[in-house]
Amino acid sequence: MTEPVKPGTWVEIYHVILDAGERAPQLPEDTRHLPLEMRMKGWLVETASLNEAAEVKTPSGRLMRGTLVAINPAYTHGFGGPIPELTPIGSEVRALLRNKGLFT
Amino acid sequence: MTNESYQCIMAQRPEIMQASIGIDYSRYAAGAIAFDYEQLLDDSGYSIEVVREIQSRTAVGNTPLIELNNITQLIRAVSIPGHGARVFVKDEAANPSGSFKDRRASLPVYEAKQRGYSGVVAATSGNYGAAVASQAAKAGLQCIVVQEAFDSKGIAQPEIAEKTCACEAYGAEVMRLSVGPELFYVFLLTLKQTGYYNASLYSPYAILGIETLGYELALQTRQLTGRFPDVVIATHAGGGNVTGTARGLRKAGAVDTQIIAASVDLSGLHMASDRDFNRKSFTTGHTGFAMPFTTWPDRADVPRNAARALRYLDRFVTVTQGEVFYITEVLAALEGLQRGPAGNTSLAAAFAIAQELDEEQIVVVQETEYTGAGKHPIAQLNMARQMGIEVTRGDPHGNKPGVKIVIPEHPTQLHAAEVDLNQMRRSYIHHAIQALPDNQVLSEIDMEFLAAETRTNNAYVENVIHEIHRTS
Repeated sequence: MTEPVKPGTWVEIYHVILDAGERAPQLPEDTRHLPLEMRMKGWLVETASLNEAAEVKTPSGRLMRGTLVAINPAYTHGFGGPIPELTPIGSEVRALLRNKGLFT
Repeated sequence: MTNESYQCIMAQRPEIMQASIGIDYSRYAAGAIAFDYEQLLDDSGYSIEVVREIQSRTAVGNTPLIELNNITQLIRAVSIPGHGARVFVKDEAANPSGSFKDRRASLPVYEAKQRGYSGVVAATSGNYGAAVASQAAKAGLQCIVVQEAFDSKGIAQPEIAEKTCACEAYGAEVMRLSVGPELFYVFLLTLKQTGYYNASLYSPYAILGIETLGYELALQTRQLTGRFPDVVIATHAGGGNVTGTARGLRKAGAVDTQIIAASVDLSGLHMASDRDFNRKSFTTGHTGFAMPFTTWPDRADVPRNAARALRYLDRFVTVTQGEVFYITEVLAALEGLQRGPAGNTSLAAAFAIAQELDEEQIVVVQETEYTGAGKHPIAQLNMARQMGIEVTRGDPHGNKPGVKIVIPEHPTQLHAAEVDLNQMRRSYIHHAIQALPDNQVLSEIDMEFLAAETRTNNAYVENVIHEIHRTS
């Protein structure tokens, strides 16, 4: 049992829109056996707990239902470490121009 | 079957479209398959002057045209003496949400406001979502963006994650979906439930908004160099960028400018595959959209797509993933411009194509886009490695989408691979015949339409049809 989450908290909900058997007919093999899933964010309407049913009010004002999966969901995308195959390129092309006296 | 089931909503497609976009497309039907394309665009009622005025109210357009002097020098360093055209880029990253898609979003959102809709919905995982969200924010309208965002393991494509963040910053509601074409079902269902406007990428309004890009770059090039561009290269996916830019060039009087489309080669990867989703390294500007949309534009989210690339293309080339990453580094290192992958697809092609041209000729790469966390070669290549894709340096001919990304070792290795436009035209005509309703035959109007659609003539179309019938 997790801590109840207060109404008004910014959260993410999860919902299966189509089960595997309900999906479009033209799907490739690997996708056909998977459900169509949705994740969306909004403000929690009533107290709920993680992994339980919840209702949110979305930024456009709609009420949407799903399973509460994240509280104040983070943006986790980033750059990551530099790519060794990319780092020398700038120096290489600068040297190429400089050696030929071509920098404008 | 509930009234919101997949089958039920898909069956309501015509009514939902009509209510959400307010265009009666049936008015433009002209033959068994033909429709009056020019009339569809003309009836929107927006002249290019009016579009420019509307766009200027939200600081869209009037972006700088920048000469890439050092890249031009690098091109000349690897060209036959006397060759190596001057390369310019239209810095579309200077638009409010960071890409040319602001032009594309401006009229749909303006129309929605004029027509009294309280919100807009767009089905897009890319820059267009942020552009619609930005325009809607300024117009005081609600905005919902439906994205194909993550695979079945819950792993988000980094570039799409960046767009989620941007859309939410502009106050939009983002529906993030797993992989699959049923995004269109969710889009229709959302339009039906909300009564919002369909801010389609492919409506006449979206395409008319891009015309200002071609128009501006023609005039700017003439002002800076005394001539119109010899070649304009546009990154190509659904066809809107090519169509709007080409139309704008013509409206500015640049009727002899060659229009070249450039796409990232993603051959071998399936666009609806959950496995391939995070192995593409590019979310748009690639062949996964360009091939199907060029050869059959009416697969879009409106009954008749206003983006019809084959009407305007002089040439179509592809570049590899590794070549685009390479030129992205070169642009930053030699020109001091760190920009996103979309425009760099056409820049990679421009690097090769400029070598075919004389020194006094002009090549314009018609867009840049912003870059940032997720939307960056470093993020994409880290994701590629996480997915088990080999990343190496070498001859880009060894690049194999989904398996191996090869970053060139030297600028001489950049190459623009030709796509056979006649093959595209034949494929288009083949699709048109398949779309012909039962018991109907092609009329004279249809033949003329197919000739206009493929930029050919009636004899060409007849020959192709004859060929198709002979081999089927």
